[in-house]
Amino acid sequence: MAYKIVASQCTACSACEPECPNVAIYEKGGTFVINPKKCTECLGHFDIPQCVAVCPVDNTCVIDNSVPRYQAPA
Amino acid sequence: MQKLLQLHDFGGPGGKTLDDVRREAAQTGCSSTGGSGKASCGSGAGQGDLPPEIWDKVKNHPCYSEQAHHHFARMHVAVAPACNIQCNYCNRKYDCANESRPGVVSEKLTPEQAARKVLAVASTIPQMTVLGVAGPGDPLANPGKTFKTFELVAATAPDIKLCLSTNGLTLPDHVEQIAAMNVDHVTITINMVDPEIGTKIYPWIFYNHRRIEGVEASRILSERQLLGLEMLTARGILVKVNSVMIPGVNDKHLVEVNKAVKSRGAFLHNIMPLISAPEHGTVFGLTGQRGPSAQELKALQDACEGEMNMMRHCRQCRADAVGLLGEDRSAEFSTDKVMEMDVNYDLAARQAYQAKVEQEREVIAKAKQAELAKLVDETSDIKILVAIATKGGGRINEHFGHAHEFQIYEASSAGAKFVGHRRVDLYCEGGYASADGVEPILRALNDCTAVLVAKIGICPKDSLEGAGIEAVESYAFEFIEQSVIAYFKDYLARVGKSEIRHVARGDADIRQGAFTET
Ligand code: SF4
Ligand code: SF4
Ligand code: SF4
Repeated sequence: MAYKIVASQCTACSACEPECPNVAIYEKGGTFVINPKKCTECLGHFDIPQCVAVCPVDNTCVIDNSVPRYQAPA
Repeated sequence: MQKLLQLHDFGGPGGKTLDDVRREAAQTGCSSTGGSGKASCGSGAGQGDLPPEIWDKVKNHPCYSEQAHHHFARMHVAVAPACNIQCNYCNRKYDCANESRPGVVSEKLTPEQAARKVLAVASTIPQMTVLGVAGPGDPLANPGKTFKTFELVAATAPDIKLCLSTNGLTLPDHVEQIAAMNVDHVTITINMVDPEIGTKIYPWIFYNHRRIEGVEASRILSERQLLGLEMLTARGILVKVNSVMIPGVNDKHLVEVNKAVKSRGAFLHNIMPLISAPEHGTVFGLTGQRGPSAQELKALQDACEGEMNMMRHCRQCRADAVGLLGEDRSAEFSTDKVMEMDVNYDLAARQAYQAKVEQEREVIAKAKQAELAKLVDETSDIKILVAIATKGGGRINEHFGHAHEFQIYEASSAGAKFVGHRRVDLYCEGGYASADGVEPILRALNDCTAVLVAKIGICPKDSLEGAGIEAVESYAFEFIEQSVIAYFKDYLARVGKSEIRHVARGDADIRQGAFTET
């Protein structure tokens, strides 16, 4: 799994972008998006996903179940 | 496109020329010396109780010196959209209300675009002396973008003063860099020093990689704000404190905030009215939290005034405002236009222009002084508010129907004191006066005894008189403060002769909309 941003709710405030420890968040077409390949759900870095904690719009950074669960490198 | 304010505009039809005034001022000389230095001659007036070294720093800053805001312009660049706290009066879908009021920022800029825009504006508007980064989020939640912008501007336009506004949460971490970049003014928005009160204003903060809520959040925020303030003043950096007055939440508490920030060295306190129109979609807007009335705001500002200098002319500008305060020219400087503009940054020409403005201010100060001298025998307790229609330059030079705002002066036997401004919707659009257009203006000026204008039509004049407000054209194109004093003297004389009766006026509205006129 990884986190994703609900584009219709994102205000493009950019608060999440610098907080992501994996540089997984970037701007695309006027909103911000998460690269699921880079997102580690903040596991190993922080107790809570940083994008969720800083985003001013509730339920905008949400878990994306369509992506396989993050695997920590062995 | 609005015409640039030129020095030769100052001497308008019906008014005295600059030379007349200079001669007069020279003849009258300077007699009153004044105890606190307030009435000292030739100081450029407006120094108030500020120590000279601070006055020197702020006298040309339109946001900090009420006197300078007639003559100098500032611009904000919107490079900092991210924020690390949530305020109940802010909806970041539109803007950050910490410093700029809730209105749409039309364009977010990269530091490179911002630097180019600064050069373009400074080349076009020689009065532009100050660049501020004020959001739309928190400039220090975007330190990279904010400091990069300052660095680029300092390299190409070294005469422009840099300032920034912050909610203060990360301020202590950035004080060293602020000092290193020669930022000379910082504004911190402090709405409480009591975390319990803070819980009604701040639902959460993002700090140390955690989202923190409740009293804990407000406690951390308040500690960081006051620590940052102390660190800045210890380094000699000027700090202004902004507070948003929220009736029933922090209105009484702001007197305590005022004491707390003054004791930590803040040099100016700016108490602004809450803007909470429901259409802005803020928490306060949606819960029906009202903003203060004009007299409530003034009473609080007056209550704090004994403690320190109060700022009264804040326009709660947009994070991308350009131009003189109360005159937003940002539309002229959109990114497309700026990229096409021929930028010719002529430092010498800018400085020559600013020196002329400086001279003009001396003349205005002397003229006021001369008029003030005529009030020395007045011992009346009467105080009245007088509204002024002006487009800058310290003159009464705006048509009633063209005024976007009125400046409010309190006249008493102590002289004329600027106490605020009232924004209004244009009454006269495209030359045609709208039928119900004058009503909101009457509500905005309801606490005033008179309005001094360059010109006014018969209909609005009658409406004003019906509401007990005298419309006066006889000071057209004259200096504001001098005229307010002259009008007051005349008013007292008429009261003395029982030609008119002095009546206490009521309260007035503060307009709840965004300031978007260009
Ligand atoms: S959950 Fe963490 S790693 Fe994933 S995008 Fe958000 S901040 Fe980045
Ligand atoms: S913090 Fe939220 S609203 Fe802001 S850019 Fe990221 S996802 Fe969008
Ligand atoms: S919001 Fe406007 S008036 Fe207030 S400090 Fe900023 S520029 Fe000055």
